[in-house]
Amino acid sequence: MKNNGSKSSAKKKLLPKCPTGIQGLDEITSGGLPRGRPTLVCGGAGCGKTLLAAEFLVRGAVQFDEPGVLMAFEETEKELTANVASLGFDLEGLVRRKKIVVDYVHIERSEVQESGEYDLEGLFVRLGHAIDSIGAKRVVLDTLEVLFASLPNEAILRSELRRLFRWLKEKGVTAVITAERGRESLTRHGLEEYVSDCVILLDHRVNDQIATRHLRVVKYRGALHGTNEFPFLIGNDGISVLPITSLSLNHKVSGERIATGIPRLDAMLGGKGFFRGSSILLTGTPGTGKTIVSANFAQAAARRGERVLFFSFEESPDQIIRNMHSIGLRLEPLVKKGLLRFHSARPSLYGLEMHLATMFKEIATFNPQVVIIDPITSLMDSGTNSENKGMITRLIDHLKGGQITSLFTSLTQGGHALQQSEAAMSSLMDSWLLLQDFEGNGERNRVLYVLKARGMAHSNQIREFLISDRGIDLVDAYIGPSGVLTGSARAAQGALEKAAVLAGQQEAARLKREVERKRAAIERQISGLRSDYEGESAELRRIAEQVGTSTLMLTTERTASGILRQADAKVVVHARSRAKNGKENP
Amino acid sequence: MKSVKPKPTRRAAPPLEKSRSTRPAKKYVLRLFVAGATNRSRHAILRVQELCNAELKDICDLEVFDIYQQPALARANQIVATPTLIVEFPPPLRRFIGNLANITGLFVELDLAKKVKITV
Repeated sequence: MKNNGSKSSAKKKLLPKCPTGIQGLDEITSGGLPRGRPTLVCGGAGCGKTLLAAEFLVRGAVQFDEPGVLMAFEETEKELTANVASLGFDLEGLVRRKKIVVDYVHIERSEVQESGEYDLEGLFVRLGHAIDSIGAKRVVLDTLEVLFASLPNEAILRSELRRLFRWLKEKGVTAVITAERGRESLTRHGLEEYVSDCVILLDHRVNDQIATRHLRVVKYRGALHGTNEFPFLIGNDGISVLPITSLSLNHKVSGERIATGIPRLDAMLGGKGFFRGSSILLTGTPGTGKTIVSANFAQAAARRGERVLFFSFEESPDQIIRNMHSIGLRLEPLVKKGLLRFHSARPSLYGLEMHLATMFKEIATFNPQVVIIDPITSLMDSGTNSENKGMITRLIDHLKGGQITSLFTSLTQGGHALQQSEAAMSSLMDSWLLLQDFEGNGERNRVLYVLKARGMAHSNQIREFLISDRGIDLVDAYIGPSGVLTGSARAAQGALEKAAVLAGQQEAARLKREVERKRAAIERQISGLRSDYEGESAELRRIAEQVGTSTLMLTTERTASGILRQADAKVVVHARSRAKNGKENP
Repeated sequence: MKSVKPKPTRRAAPPLEKSRSTRPAKKYVLRLFVAGATNRSRHAILRVQELCNAELKDICDLEVFDIYQQPALARANQIVATPTLIVEFPPPLRRFIGNLANITGLFVELDLAKKVKITV
């Protein structure tokens, strides 16, 4: 086929494109399939060729007002209608409204005999008639290769197909031709020889028992295109290709903070909690309380009137609700109010991409402010490392784009270096809480700490994490010379400290008593001494009085005896003065 | 359905002597679809008319359609290749595609003994 590259060189404008309307495919091909040219879609059985082609046609008719012709070689109109109806496409209605013509080409090999030279003018006429009847801009031939099986003389067939593609180009319709994947070539009958403008390869691979579909643009003449293999999936509303490369880092951020539902944890995060729209990673070994923290977070958000979507990959909604009862969290009123929604699925149910698409869809329908994924790690078991990282990147970007706060729990195996095993994921996260077990003293105790929290002051302290029937509490862990002590060791250390204080107090009291006693003793001594002294001084006084009295008595006696001796008055006076002298010198 | 355009054969077929009593009372129903007045079309038409005249005289109902003129017929009759000769009766339905240059298969299918050499 001749490449009309002159078209693109004549105008500075790029090759005209025909948007498919298929999510992601237009991004990869930067605008769609080449307009007015045939595109080959090839792939093995069951990889979604017909669906891709049908969606291209239906979306063309519905979204871009470009009627289309579907020439089906394998399925009847009824079958096709039923098949695409499951994706929400109303093929019948479109046919009725003359937006789409479905022409089922059926050739029964057993009826056919060759009797000479022939051409495919019948096919041309049918196609031309169908195109003209509704003014079709798009044509799908699904699957042309059936002709090789049902018509004899391959040489004629080949030249006729070559003519067909040239004719389609002349008609100016954008055509999609599906073909079965060949063993060594792209298609079984080498159709890529004729259709060389754009070739899309679909693939359905089973990796570790989980099938993932991939799409790759092998060739796109005259345009830049994504060359990678992109995972795609067939969901309830058609095909979505999930290009990672189309993601950009330009989402808006919010300065608003939201509480975690654990006041002490809020306090550790600068007193206000996490930023709205940030991504939070919660890692921990089994049984450290990841789900409980998540449920707390969910409850707190729902109580503020925010919508919370809880993806659970390990427990059923009822089980979570029941289990949370045991710590005093009542979630079912919130579920009833429509503020909390659970979505449970086994990780092995389908591939990573399907999970991602399902999550996107749930998020789109529920429009939550908070999304919890518990745990992200079990989801990651189903993909390879790079797939996982790609998926989480996409998920986080999607959530951040919608300013949705996301909490991911991540299970780490005991004995691993926690930081290392989560390195790939953690770089995508804004905040990282770590829950850890401390073993010792015949018990295990939980601790929590904030490993990182982008853009906010956060505590560097390890807190012991207590789960009781009243909920979660964080208490200070004992940190002393012997390291971090938790649980009974912390309690024992507390008791020890108390005992030490008590002993100190007792010692002080004892000393005080001793001093008191000494003081009392001294006082007793003092009073004894004083009483001695007083006794002695009293004695002294008594003696002095005695002496005085006896002197007086003596004088009196002497006077009396002088009187008795009847001495004259002169003698009396003399006697008195003698008595005075005698007193001075006894 | 459009009836055959009566095209006179170039050469009158030789009269057939054989008795037709063994033939089924019902007529053969043949429909030929061609695309335009190409050499291939003309060839096919001539061959099938020759056959009708030679082998199935009076018991053959032949219709020739040009799908350029009636494109809707192509879809209704599941025509892909042209020319296509559809033998509708007697059943089963058979399709002969091509310009009928090789007519042996047709004879076998129609259970005809090749009495007369058909040449065009």
